[in-house]
Amino acid sequence: MEAYLFYILAVVTVIGTVMAITEQHPVHAIVYLVTSFFSLAMIFFLLSAPLIAMFEVIIYAGAVMVLFMFVIMMLDLGRPSEASRPFLRRWALPMLLGGIILVSIVTVAVNHISSPDTSRMISINDFSVVLFRKYGVAIEIISMQLLFAVVGALYLGRKRDDR
Amino acid sequence: MSYDPIDIALILGKIGLVFFVILTLAAYLVFAERKVLAWIQDRKGPNRVGPFGLLQPLADLVKLLTKEDFRPVGADKWLFYLAPAMAAIPAIMIFSVIPFGAPLTLFSHTIPLQVADLNVGLLLFLALSSIAVYGVALGGWASNSKYALLGSIRGLAQLISYELSMGLSLVPVVMLARSFRLSDIVAAQSGCWFIVYQPLAFLIFLISIAAECKRIPFDLPEAEGELVAGFHTEYSGMRFGLFFVGEYINIIVLGGLAATFFLGGWHGPLLPPVVWFSGKVLAFAFLFIWVRGTLPRLRYDQLMHFGWKVLTPLALVNILATGWFLVLKG
Repeated sequence: MEAYLFYILAVVTVIGTVMAITEQHPVHAIVYLVTSFFSLAMIFFLLSAPLIAMFEVIIYAGAVMVLFMFVIMMLDLGRPSEASRPFLRRWALPMLLGGIILVSIVTVAVNHISSPDTSRMISINDFSVVLFRKYGVAIEIISMQLLFAVVGALYLGRKRDDR
Repeated sequence: MSYDPIDIALILGKIGLVFFVILTLAAYLVFAERKVLAWIQDRKGPNRVGPFGLLQPLADLVKLLTKEDFRPVGADKWLFYLAPAMAAIPAIMIFSVIPFGAPLTLFSHTIPLQVADLNVGLLLFLALSSIAVYGVALGGWASNSKYALLGSIRGLAQLISYELSMGLSLVPVVMLARSFRLSDIVAAQSGCWFIVYQPLAFLIFLISIAAECKRIPFDLPEAEGELVAGFHTEYSGMRFGLFFVGEYINIIVLGGLAATFFLGGWHGPLLPPVVWFSGKVLAFAFLFIWVRGTLPRLRYDQLMHFGWKVLTPLALVNILATGWFLVLKG
């Protein structure tokens, strides 16, 4: 049962991601990407990591992509069908890097056939103990960085009186 | 993992029951709203179809189903057709984590009156309510109409802003109950409802859910005086009906969540738990209708200022105060 669900979701995720890249219309691309985030979240759920699944939906599908859409709707990008297709010379380096990642994923997958232990649900308690005890300092540093970014954005976006 | 056929049948039965009750209740909530508004404004309201106009929802349904379902020129076909469902389905999915009664014991089989008792129930609610934003945004955008687009941009900004204060107002609840599981949150309130400890969080949550279901005074995405009908201007027939019913499902679901988080869920003396829960949900629905009959609409900049500069800081201070309270209490 879980295995069938996994394959269905995996196919949806991959197709959604590919369509998000190839789709020329930005709003359609967002819808495809949200679909793939959603099925990715369900895969996390099947892997007994419900917390990660929820974060995937809340943060990526619910916050980041909504803001993307907000910007696209405000900008009015004109006729997207006229956007030029990227040609091979510009694609060579990204394809090379992507190839390296693909080869390493395949190598890892072939060498570690054992699937993750899904019998034990990872509770929110376990997750937060690891996050805030073991990586507490890193969390604090990241949150300080985010605070700096917010203050910086407020400074850049302030109203100027000298106009 | 093996599945017991009785369990599967029970879960399917519960899902069917929830669908039936919520959809019927949503239809009658429309009727109740018209009646209560009429009562507030000293008129009669719908009273021709059936006794006391009780069959009005059925007549409305027939009207919506038989109306022409058209699509404006230049609309984005698939997104235009999908958007109403995207608005209504997440709302009804949220109800799957709400416990609507005490667990029943039938033939030595304990049946929790809740479709899914997830340990991330509260987060599922936040996730699904952030997904429901897409219905509003895509519906307005795909219509290829200025008013609809303006409505959906307003809707996007409003829903994102108030989701933040809604999520922050729930943090103290989780701190008190020490769990994201909704049945644990209800169990933690068996002695004393959380509204007693957290009146401020309750107020913030109440205001935020009024904004989440786009009710007056927060109905800017569909302000009929300025934007025709906002994001669903171009919809007709049953697609408009889906947006409309989705809104009322949202009222029921968010009322149920407010009851679960702050008013002790199904806990209450004397009466059976299910009655208590439905009573609380209906009380919230009545409150929303009453507010609609009483208050004027906010201006857009007031809405944004209120959300970001009043509600969000208040919710943060409240979290800090709750933390201190819990630490000092030990």
